[in-house]
Amino acid sequence: MSEAIQVHPEYNYKVIRQFAVMTVVWGIIGMAMGVFIAAQLYWPALNFDTPWLTFSRLRPLHTNAVIFAFGGCALFATSLYVVQRTSNVRLFSDKLATFTFWGWQAVIVLAVITLPMGLTSSKEYAELEWPIDILLALVWVSYIINFFGTMVIRKVSHIYVANWFFGAFMITVAVLHIANSMVIPVSLTKSYSIYAGAVDAMIQWWYGHNAVGFFLTAGFLGMMYYFVPKQAGRPVYSYRLSVVHFWALISLYIWAGPHHLHYTALPDWTQSLGMAMSIILFVPSWGGMINGIMTLSGAWHKLRTDPILRFLVVSLSFYGMSTFEGPMMAIKTVNALSHYTDWTVGHVHSGALGWVAMVSIGSIYHLIPVLFDKPRMYSIKLINVHFWFATVGVVLYIVAMWMSGVLQGLMWRAINDDGTLTYSFVESLEASKPFYFVRFLGGVLVVIGMLIMAYNVYRTIKSDSKEQAVEPEAQAV
Amino acid sequence: MSSFWSIWISVITLGSILGCFLLLRWCLSNQTGVKEGDDMHHEFDGIIEINNQLPKWWTYLFYICIAWGLIYLVLYPGLGNFKGLLNWQSSNQKILSLEESRAAIELVKDNGVISQYDREVAFANELYAPIFDGYYKQPITDLAKDPEALKIGQRLFSQNCSQCHGSDARGQRGFPNLTDDDWLYGGTPEKITETLINGRQALMPAQLDAMGEQGIKELVSYVLSLSNRPELDQDLVEAGEARFAICAACHGQDGKGNYAFGAPNLTDQTWLYGGTEKTITETLTYGRNGVMPSFKNTLGEKKIHLVAAYVYSLSQDK
Repeated sequence: MSEAIQVHPEYNYKVIRQFAVMTVVWGIIGMAMGVFIAAQLYWPALNFDTPWLTFSRLRPLHTNAVIFAFGGCALFATSLYVVQRTSNVRLFSDKLATFTFWGWQAVIVLAVITLPMGLTSSKEYAELEWPIDILLALVWVSYIINFFGTMVIRKVSHIYVANWFFGAFMITVAVLHIANSMVIPVSLTKSYSIYAGAVDAMIQWWYGHNAVGFFLTAGFLGMMYYFVPKQAGRPVYSYRLSVVHFWALISLYIWAGPHHLHYTALPDWTQSLGMAMSIILFVPSWGGMINGIMTLSGAWHKLRTDPILRFLVVSLSFYGMSTFEGPMMAIKTVNALSHYTDWTVGHVHSGALGWVAMVSIGSIYHLIPVLFDKPRMYSIKLINVHFWFATVGVVLYIVAMWMSGVLQGLMWRAINDDGTLTYSFVESLEASKPFYFVRFLGGVLVVIGMLIMAYNVYRTIKSDSKEQAVEPEAQAV
Repeated sequence: MSSFWSIWISVITLGSILGCFLLLRWCLSNQTGVKEGDDMHHEFDGIIEINNQLPKWWTYLFYICIAWGLIYLVLYPGLGNFKGLLNWQSSNQKILSLEESRAAIELVKDNGVISQYDREVAFANELYAPIFDGYYKQPITDLAKDPEALKIGQRLFSQNCSQCHGSDARGQRGFPNLTDDDWLYGGTPEKITETLINGRQALMPAQLDAMGEQGIKELVSYVLSLSNRPELDQDLVEAGEARFAICAACHGQDGKGNYAFGAPNLTDQTWLYGGTEKTITETLTYGRNGVMPSFKNTLGEKKIHLVAAYVYSLSQDK
């Protein structure tokens, strides 16, 4: 393209560098925590009879660390990078960016301290107690102001599609976080939700499902829309597809929460409505996958040589798989089998490890050389090794949980000729045990991959090479 | 819900689905002002976008899912107060008592509502009732020798009783072992059935206020002596024996317990909460509350009959 060589304004790369490095650090910590609690499920003695080492306290720490610390840092790094690059302007405020970084790290450190202590609001994915929630809200608002401020002062006429997704993600997450965290504090470390009963459950899963929908989907689609065309050096396949799937995705996702509460005290109409909307949501979800994968048309050969692109494409495949699986599991009849089983755990991890982690890892590999002014990553070979560790690890994990989950579901519903249940709960637990080992093994592979990444990133940053980074440029058709 | 909220829900729901449909139609026709297949004439950091048509198969998938969603919302409850053409409900919601539940089941039947839970329960009852009726006619002592009956009883036990009494029925701290000959309320078929149907409430009152710490120390020594523990301070034992009169009301003069109160035998080596000096002191100081829930309404007498046979059989081959 003729404009390929252009003069960039002085972008704020400092905050991006900070978030990018912390993505790797928190990724290792959060995933290692997951491996540890997976090991506890196989070897229960690993809690050493120590309260703060028990599964119940470390599980929320694991989820918070991978979603908000690892995923969050990846989103901050990429969104603040992408908004600058695609708006052709420096960040609106460097000071706010610094506050966002340190504030966010403070929230994570507070989570690392309070969750093992057993201080929790007991709302899944929103366990942090109210003082930390308030800090989190402040940090989030600083992020929103900075992001939208940058878009307002942009030097290009249009707003790039990646920024639509980032924008929708941050506004919705603010609304979700504030609404679901409404509590009456009784002390600095204890509070009670202002909602009660089925309403509380509904608000929680409205939050919970949209944490998936906006934090883990819309945000990462924003990431995909920049890094896939950039890394592939290809134009985005269809502008019109991005328009339909963006608006349809964000308007439908918000309805899907009730499918977490099928066959509960939630009123029937809410359950059916959540299910109907979840099914329709399947199509716009796939719109993003199609746009990403079709962007590669004409560049498929690059997959042979570019493991970063491989990460991005495989992440899209996992995204497509999970967004098919999700609506299917939202169907009441399927849910009757899958709910409360390991199938759900497998589904979440095919999204979290297959989609979220892989697209983040690919993006970070793309970013590190650009941010630290290096020609490329220290070792492309090691990226490839990481790719295979991650892929095999994720597949082992998901397949183990699918098998364990379906087995549990079938065992729980099996009945004899006399109408009594065939199996007791503990028998289904015994049947799951081998799969828990395979899941642990899959997790170990994923963490090894992350450690390889950390080494590669470290060597890249420390290398002497001052050569200008070579960025793959998008090409005209 | 009020008709305002019902309308509110319906309008937003249908509006969202219709909005998606119109958005799809709008994007299918090229409104971008750019020829199909050309780039959009804007470029972001080297990235350009092509004005390609939406994939056909994806568009059809969208139509199908929208149609499916609408059909579902016409057939099933979803649009506010509208119950759906199938007149289906998952169960009788907002039920607060067993009486309300029974009344609702009848009401729903009369009104021709498909209440899924009620129907499944009725179906299961019709299918399985003859089996349990057959067993109900046989005495428990016979069933305890019938391997088929015991299998059913065991399965009912592992789903309903094992949470407290353990999968092997050997109990745990605070929950009695059902496989030995030691019974709190009696181990005859009649007594076991009675326990299952009505449940039991055991109360060991706290003695701290009445006896004082010294008194409890003496009583603990005496209780320990009942099961022949060695190396006890005889002075304390004797002082405790004098205080035991109040305990004898339930546990008996000889400390061998009483089925009528569910008072345990203190002279053997079986302990419900533990037989160490420390736990006995705790029991005497703070008291104990033991609850065995009633299964009359959850399992029903016919299934209880089989559970009782299973539990009875556990202590018979000893």
